[in-house]
Amino acid sequence: MAVPEKLTQTLEMLELVPDRSERIQLLIDIAGRFEDVPPRISRRPFPKEHQVPACESEAYVFGEERPDGTLDFHFAVENPQGVSAKAMAVLLDETLSGAPPAQVAEVPQDIVYKVFGRELSMGKSMGLMAMVGMVATLAKKYEERKGA
Amino acid sequence: MSEIESRGYIHSDVLVSTDWVASHLDDPGVRIIESNEDPLLYSTGHIPGAVEVDWTRDLNDPVRRDYLGREGFEALMRRIGATRDTTVVFYGDRNNWWATYAFWVFQLFGHDKAKVMDGGRIKWVNEQRPLTRDVPKHPASDYQAAERDDKRIRAFRDEVLRHVEAKGPMIDVRSPAEYTGERLHMPEYPNEGALRGGHIPGAANVPWAKAVNPDDGTFKPAQELRALYESEAGLKADDDVIVYCRIGERSSHTWFVLTHLLGYERVRNYDGSWTEWGNLVGVPIER
Repeated sequence: MAVPEKLTQTLEMLELVPDRSERIQLLIDIAGRFEDVPPRISRRPFPKEHQVPACESEAYVFGEERPDGTLDFHFAVENPQGVSAKAMAVLLDETLSGAPPAQVAEVPQDIVYKVFGRELSMGKSMGLMAMVGMVATLAKKYEERKGA
Repeated sequence: MSEIESRGYIHSDVLVSTDWVASHLDDPGVRIIESNEDPLLYSTGHIPGAVEVDWTRDLNDPVRRDYLGREGFEALMRRIGATRDTTVVFYGDRNNWWATYAFWVFQLFGHDKAKVMDGGRIKWVNEQRPLTRDVPKHPASDYQAAERDDKRIRAFRDEVLRHVEAKGPMIDVRSPAEYTGERLHMPEYPNEGALRGGHIPGAANVPWAKAVNPDDGTFKPAQELRALYESEAGLKADDDVIVYCRIGERSSHTWFVLTHLLGYERVRNYDGSWTEWGNLVGVPIER
């Protein structure tokens, strides 16, 4: 299964920034584009079934169906210091919203390492990978519902 | 008497307030160190003059599962411009979780001029104190490190096994769902690096964050900590205690509380923790 095109392009772009401090600055800038899930989708307190398991930053993921049969992904990150989670949320939204759900469902969780590098703590990498996994699960369930 | 002293800790001088840090920003005898769980956070802004010590890059051996050795610690201290006389002050995100981890590693090398900023990064930020993105350039030092001493405050698996057989007191500081093994079997959860779930037999469960006031991240007063660890978990001040979590990071926070705030003299952190114990063949597990 092909990886969504925008995701491939973004990962290639990140590869061009091997310097750690430059990569960090880029990810901080990306995190600055974070927008909370709109109230029309969900409001606090967010339903537990949307909470990313194992994410220390208390992140939530929501899917919204588009008229073209794809999904928009929305996020909430309750930890005000959760910069990495916000950066990951922005990247997932910008590269996977509107992508074919069948492709989104197959996005591998280890893209986290391509984004942040290998120098992540175990807990941090698990939380970020779980965000990817939750987006993929939403896409997979959506595909199953469409096919039913 | 300062507010921190009034909380009744045995070694209250190990904890400093944000006020204290603010008044020592230009003190050449003090090096402020930020250690975070989030690798991006330091670069978004930090206490002026603070250096970053990253647990993954700075404190771990890059190949084997172990901490850095004497030469690595020496290089780290020289890089941040600290001498044996420098007082290092740790702070960080997540209620100082990673700050106390770095503090614990520094104690393996006997750098006992070390303190923790009460409330951590979030308290400093919420008090709207200054932050900067400027990375300080402290002149390199000629730090001479002692050999790492793993005997005093670190426990290894065979020692833990003997501790279990002797029915020694232990504290598992993970969440109740991790302690019972339930979380490892939740279908939506990622693998947590262990093949088996549960806890080490005899360990009491006191999640690490219970030692902290949720409102501002400061440590609870000694009386409340004693209620938590002694009245509820059954510890005594002269116990030989082993604490553990998943990889030894959260338990270093509890080690800090028991050792420095409550004055326990025999507390060891089992950093192999559940990612080692839950993968070992034949060791006892309780659920």
